[in-house]
Amino acid sequence: MSDSSSGIPRDPRRRKAMQDMTRFGGGAAVAATMLTAFGVSSRARPAQTLRPPGALPENDFLAACVRCGLCVRDCPYDTLRLADWADGPAVGTPFYVARNVPCEMCDTIPCVKACPTGALQHALTDIAKAKMGVAVITSRETCLNLQGLRCDVCYRVCPAIDKAITLEISHNARTTKHAIFEPVVHAEYCTGCGKCEKSCVLTDSAIKVLPIEVAALKQDEHYKRGWEEKTKAGGALVDAPLKLPVRRPEGGTP
Amino acid sequence: MTANVRPYVEARAQKGLWAASRFLVLRRTSQLFFLALFLSGPFLGVWIAKGTLASSMTLGTLPLTDPFVFLQSLAARHWPEGLSVIGAAIVLAAYLLFGGRTYCSWVCPINPATDLAAWLRRRLGITFTAKIRPDLRLYFVGAVLAASALSGSIAWELINPVTALHRALVFGLWFGAGGTAAIFVFDLLVAKHGWCGHLCPVGAFYGQIGKVALLRVTADNRAACDDCMDCFAVCPEPHVISPALRGERSGATPVITAGDCTVCGACIDVCSKQVFHLGLRGRNAVRPDPSMTAPSPAARVVSSQPAVLERDLP
Repeated sequence: MSDSSSGIPRDPRRRKAMQDMTRFGGGAAVAATMLTAFGVSSRARPAQTLRPPGALPENDFLAACVRCGLCVRDCPYDTLRLADWADGPAVGTPFYVARNVPCEMCDTIPCVKACPTGALQHALTDIAKAKMGVAVITSRETCLNLQGLRCDVCYRVCPAIDKAITLEISHNARTTKHAIFEPVVHAEYCTGCGKCEKSCVLTDSAIKVLPIEVAALKQDEHYKRGWEEKTKAGGALVDAPLKLPVRRPEGGTP
Repeated sequence: MTANVRPYVEARAQKGLWAASRFLVLRRTSQLFFLALFLSGPFLGVWIAKGTLASSMTLGTLPLTDPFVFLQSLAARHWPEGLSVIGAAIVLAAYLLFGGRTYCSWVCPINPATDLAAWLRRRLGITFTAKIRPDLRLYFVGAVLAASALSGSIAWELINPVTALHRALVFGLWFGAGGTAAIFVFDLLVAKHGWCGHLCPVGAFYGQIGKVALLRVTADNRAACDDCMDCFAVCPEPHVISPALRGERSGATPVITAGDCTVCGACIDVCSKQVFHLGLRGRNAVRPDPSMTAPSPAARVVSSQPAVLERDLP
């Protein structure tokens, strides 16, 4: 830069080296930016694609999964597949679509055991504790049970029957004399295996397994349930009964 | 710089077909072998190696993980648990012994495609080539690691044509082969040895291992060189040859020390004067006898040097 006034570089080789470094460095920066953008955009995946049991949360999963396909190879039911470009999830990562082939929830969890990196957490040893997703009645308008019929298929096929899905009886206001047996999913017990979604008799399943981050199961930290806090504390947290000020207009009737 | 269109003719005439194509045959065999390990399972039901080149399990006991993928995972701030740590260490150790970019020429499934492009270039007389400096790929290594750190994902594996092709072959994900087709066209029409020799960050990473790797090609018989330039015509990384081959006056080692060398052995095959051999880093002795240049195969002398791993017996 010091010799820019004369227009002649003092050491052309040094100048060339600096130019090359700037050019290559600039090119590398552009490549890094594009690759970063691609990396970040690859976090998005279609809601019907589910990760194998024990998978880390999606963002961490993409840092951990080396796209080797060992989990796919060890899946005895060909549930898991590796994503091709058109499939949706980050290319080369394992996924399954419950409506096609649901997870059979092997006791030995071979897919997790096969994972060489911990992208599928080896801490998961009880498949009943897996959280591949959570089933949700996505179409109350078409679910046969909610129309007052007795289909019950999702309930019957659930590996955690009467825990993950229960049938809740209520009055059928349409006929006034029958009952509605509503399938209700209890997220605490649902592994997201997808047997319910697979077996739904409708052309478009009325119950679908959603990825946990889509279903948003986590309660906000700042909401405290008074009744739970009361149990935890072993007694009421406020001195009952509270004396509240009376707020009514002057001269109004009590 | 006028490259010979048919560089192997002289070598075949003087050494015979086998000696002039030995390393090519061995490399293709090796590439098929490593692919067959993965394909025997899905096609024959005999499971030898499961997984892909990114990470695999052989016979249920030998875990192997690509150290470059491993490094990206670390950059993305995932500390791997499980066998990938051991697997990456084994692969790293293996290439420290066997030459670094031997991955590129003996294992990588893209190599036959880029070799074909280079061969076609010679045969069709395509001389146009975009000028790309070979060290650009090192910047790409940096870019890949930076992108992994910034995006928190194993960034290169999103587009890596090497593992994409391997997945295409082993798992039938055929979209992944598109990258290889693009590389073939690029290498044929845009830049000579454009992908493997200038851009691929996987090769650049293994090239860093190659800088200290034990197994090397050595021009230990450089006294016999008659400057025919055939080795430069076939070498995928021609810049690695000169320091070793022309280092006689400066007393430089005849061993090709540059990490960029893929130890493909094309120079050994193509040389009708037996200048090149496989050797070890640090074995810097040269063959002094100029009688080695004798043209007849019958007159050849087999060296007794312990540094030479392979022999030239017919």
